Amino acid sequence: MQSSGQPSRHRVTGSERVGPYTLLRLERGGLEPGVPGQFFMLEAPGRLLPRPFSLCLAPPGELAFLVDPIGPGTEALCALRVGETIQVLGPLGLGYRLDVARPLLVGGGIGIAPLPYLAERLGGSPPAVLGFRTEEHAEAAALLPGAEVVVDPILVTELIDRSLDVLACGPEPMLRAVAELCPAAQLAWEAPMACGYGACYGCVVEIDGALKRLCLEGPVLDAVRVRSAVEAVA
Amino acid sequence: MRILNASGCLDALAAPEVARELDAFVTKTVTPHPREGNAPPRIAETVDGMLNAIGLANPGRERFLAEHLPSLRKLGIPVWVSVGGFSAADYAETCAALEGIEAIELNLSCPNVDEAADSAAEIVAACRRSTELPLYAKLSSAHPDVAEVARAVAAAGADGLSLINTLRAVALDRHLQPVLARGSGGLSGPALKPVALHAVTVCHEATSLPIVGMGGIQTGRDALEFGACGARDVALGTVLFADPGAPARVRTELAAAGADVGVANEDDARRLPKSPETEQKVPA
Repeated sequence: MQSSGQPSRHRVTGSERVGPYTLLRLERGGLEPGVPGQFFMLEAPGRLLPRPFSLCLAPPGELAFLVDPIGPGTEALCALRVGETIQVLGPLGLGYRLDVARPLLVGGGIGIAPLPYLAERLGGSPPAVLGFRTEEHAEAAALLPGAEVVVDPILVTELIDRSLDVLACGPEPMLRAVAELCPAAQLAWEAPMACGYGACYGCVVEIDGALKRLCLEGPVLDAVRVRSAVEAVA
Repeated sequence: MRILNASGCLDALAAPEVARELDAFVTKTVTPHPREGNAPPRIAETVDGMLNAIGLANPGRERFLAEHLPSLRKLGIPVWVSVGGFSAADYAETCAALEGIEAIELNLSCPNVDEAADSAAEIVAACRRSTELPLYAKLSSAHPDVAEVARAVAAAGADGLSLINTLRAVALDRHLQPVLARGSGGLSGPALKPVALHAVTVCHEATSLPIVGMGGIQTGRDALEFGACGARDVALGTVLFADPGAPARVRTELAAAGADVGVANEDDARRLPKSPETEQKVPA
């Protein structure tokens, strides 16, 4: 198994529009898909720093990532053509624990990215609830057939059955709301990262009441680890 | 020419396989007391560079000495400890406590914290009295005359220079607000290289101290240019974030880059005769 120590070059095998997002398919080569919720650093063509992405799908021989074009790096990734190559490093960080009895997948916006691969690895078509800003964004729900979908102003947290084992990914306000509802939830957090392997100290998040590097502690965190600061103040 | 990492750009305990490719590992700056660092966001990409405002996050001297340094020694590579503080006494006390390492780098130029009240030369002099380990003074091109600072720290007992630290800079988001929570940060990456080459050139002319050159090195050719300007060794910083394989790659490229221009090694590049025009073009 290839270690996370060295980036390797991978060919683009596909690039498909999914609503406003792009599903970027890369030749897998020697890379392991890793645990759902782990992430990969993808070279952003023409930019100095790579960008972190969780794995969306792991078809045979491929790794697929869902990219939201929100800046020059992600736009360059969405513009890649089949046959072009980029450097990839991963899988990195800590993913979801899969030993849950009654999973419920909760996704918000581009935060649905890790859920298709997570559903595959959990098996048995686990229930999922997804929230999006617009109908166009909600087209991405096609990646997770059978999911319940809401569009703003309805919030995804309104659909959560608190008796289930929640595995969530989405924007920070959504994750904080999920953490309040479900203290046992597993949350895939996000932060700007320059390196993804603990070198830059850029991706700190308040975890267990102190600033810690998300790339090493997460990106999947137990909800109690990000709730502790709130409770300490309260 | 040895290849080191720039302080704060690698955690050897989190990525030992990267550290082992270096000729020496330079720690993140150690301060007397633990520091959590600045609030996020701490990093921002810019054109050909990036900003960081980490703020000297570190476990503090006591825990570093008790826990981190013993683990670092076990990696089997030479260790340089970067020392920081807010007074000459801060620096000197940490230096006095260090042993079993190859060298000390005095961080006299972090752009992300308030500066020490004492001058660079006062800090170096205090550290010189407290340790016999080699002392490298890390200076910044933010000073109007970095060569003058180099001469002052040389006179105060520095054994070498590390050039350069990041430069204070600002990046704005689309709403015209600073990206970094601190407002400003330190600029690193390729954008910094010409500034760093100037600092190495003038400090090499001003002193006879060995220089570790750094600032935007991405390739072996970049490292060779630092050598040609007077650096004996180089350090890799931002490039490590995108390419943890950079130490081995740069080392391989360095040999080819030298052969390209007909110098057998980087030491030859440093000894290349400077034309009178060159001397005039780079004022001290």
